[in-house]
Amino acid sequence: MIQPKLQVKNCDLFYGDFQALKNINLSIAEKEITAFIGPSGCGKSTLLKSLNRMNDLVEGCKITGDFTLDGENIYKDMEITELRKRVGMVFQKPNLFPMSIYDNIAYGPRTHGIKKKADLDEIVETTLRQASVWDETKDRLKKSALGMSGGQQQRICIARALAVKPEVLLMDEPTSALDPISTIKIEELATELKKNYTIVIVTHNMQQATRISDKTAFFLHGEIVEFDETQRIFSNPKEQKTLEYITGRFG
Amino acid sequence: MTENTAVSANTAAQKPTAKQSSHLLEKAMKALFFLCACVSVAAVIVICIFMFAKGCPAIAKIGVGNFLFGTDWSPRNVPASYGIFPMIVGSLYCTAGAIMIGVPIGLLTAIFMAKFCPKKLFKWLMPPINLLAGIPSIVYGFFGMVVVVPIIRNLFGGTGNSVLTVSIILGIMILPTIVGMSVSALKAVPDSYYEGAVALGATHERAVATVVFPAAKSGILASVILAVGRAIGETMAVIMIAGNSTIIPHSLLDSVRTLTGNIVIEMSYAEGLHYDALIGTGVVLFVFILLLNLCFNLVTNRKDKG
Repeated sequence: MIQPKLQVKNCDLFYGDFQALKNINLSIAEKEITAFIGPSGCGKSTLLKSLNRMNDLVEGCKITGDFTLDGENIYKDMEITELRKRVGMVFQKPNLFPMSIYDNIAYGPRTHGIKKKADLDEIVETTLRQASVWDETKDRLKKSALGMSGGQQQRICIARALAVKPEVLLMDEPTSALDPISTIKIEELATELKKNYTIVIVTHNMQQATRISDKTAFFLHGEIVEFDETQRIFSNPKEQKTLEYITGRFG
Repeated sequence: MTENTAVSANTAAQKPTAKQSSHLLEKAMKALFFLCACVSVAAVIVICIFMFAKGCPAIAKIGVGNFLFGTDWSPRNVPASYGIFPMIVGSLYCTAGAIMIGVPIGLLTAIFMAKFCPKKLFKWLMPPINLLAGIPSIVYGFFGMVVVVPIIRNLFGGTGNSVLTVSIILGIMILPTIVGMSVSALKAVPDSYYEGAVALGATHERAVATVVFPAAKSGILASVILAVGRAIGETMAVIMIAGNSTIIPHSLLDSVRTLTGNIVIEMSYAEGLHYDALIGTGVVLFVFILLLNLCFNLVTNRKDKG
């Protein structure tokens, strides 16, 4: 069997006394889209944030278990900055910095030591093209990024994440704040990016999971109830709870 | 059933009066609030009128150029001369010195307090900083006179009453303004900016310095402008340690007199044109403050626009 890109073994996670994740085991394959679904508060975002250690920012958060990226333990063998360079993240709400579009995209590369203008120019153009937002931004690269629409901002956020050349892209409900047309654009983009990147996406929208993901994990009360091919999860789930959730009986 | 109807009829009958009286009260309170608001506005207007009505004729009589740019202030001479240029320069020097000392310390403190300080330590560090704002200026003056002046005298010679001494004391006095407002500005920056930066692999320090700090800059700039206002207007502490001679200081160790000091020192015995010239000094100070306020409003309005 090929080594999974990301692997989680026996993970328990506590926020203070509250156990948010219980004995999670999961393998995420390379160059696939893996979707996390489940009702609010089921732990799907929490697990996502553990994959690039954003939970470290949460006070009173304790994590046990093994998280590996290409076989390396991300909590023990790796600098946190290196991990976050390799595992990028797109947030629920577009969170561009209050600076120009160009400076937003160049922020990551500059952080990792790229200073030459020619190199930065190239990265900015390539990643904006990759995120299919180049045509809308090419004439206003030096203007404030906050002047763009929500959907455009989210695609610029994706471009910004791609600019540090990550291997994995984590997306935390990236379309929940967007209109349907912007949502479709982001979904197309994710499908396109799958050729080069491993993508993990948290979504509240089950149609979205069926449209774009290869594998789906269904979370409930901090546990993974079922993890399988997306097609199977939605057509012929093994667990009763999964069936009830995907048919809209709760959640 | 009948009882119920009776009760509701009863309340219905009472309602209009209750409503009316509460309506009246509301109107009265509104008027009261409005009146209170008027008091401060009226105070500003009255002060403006007083200052300009008393000060401007004197300035005109002395001559605007002679008054603002004359380097000789000898109101008791015959003929008297009323040049406040040394005091304008003195105020500007002392304020600039205070900014050079207070702003770097204040900003670094604010960044530490807002983004690096553990919560438990914050609880212990912030109250003393805020307390600085509550210490009466006369106490700062005493402190300057008893502690700072001798140190300066021993270290650098001279009398110790100097631009440098004033700058140090004013620098300390403006710290709470800068720290307090800048901490609020830094804490008001959405966490999502910070998270976005660290998610790209930035260290905590880099995220704070390159994303959070720039995002808070208009609030921080506003704090500096307010601090300048405080420094330029400070009087009591300054006259106790400035030396107060009416010559343009040529070094950090020279004695200095500020606009505020000029007024306080001579007001008690001045009369005639001398008296009005002191009010004219106040007008100049007032114009400085108005300009600073204008800057403050420009900066904070820009923040609102995002």
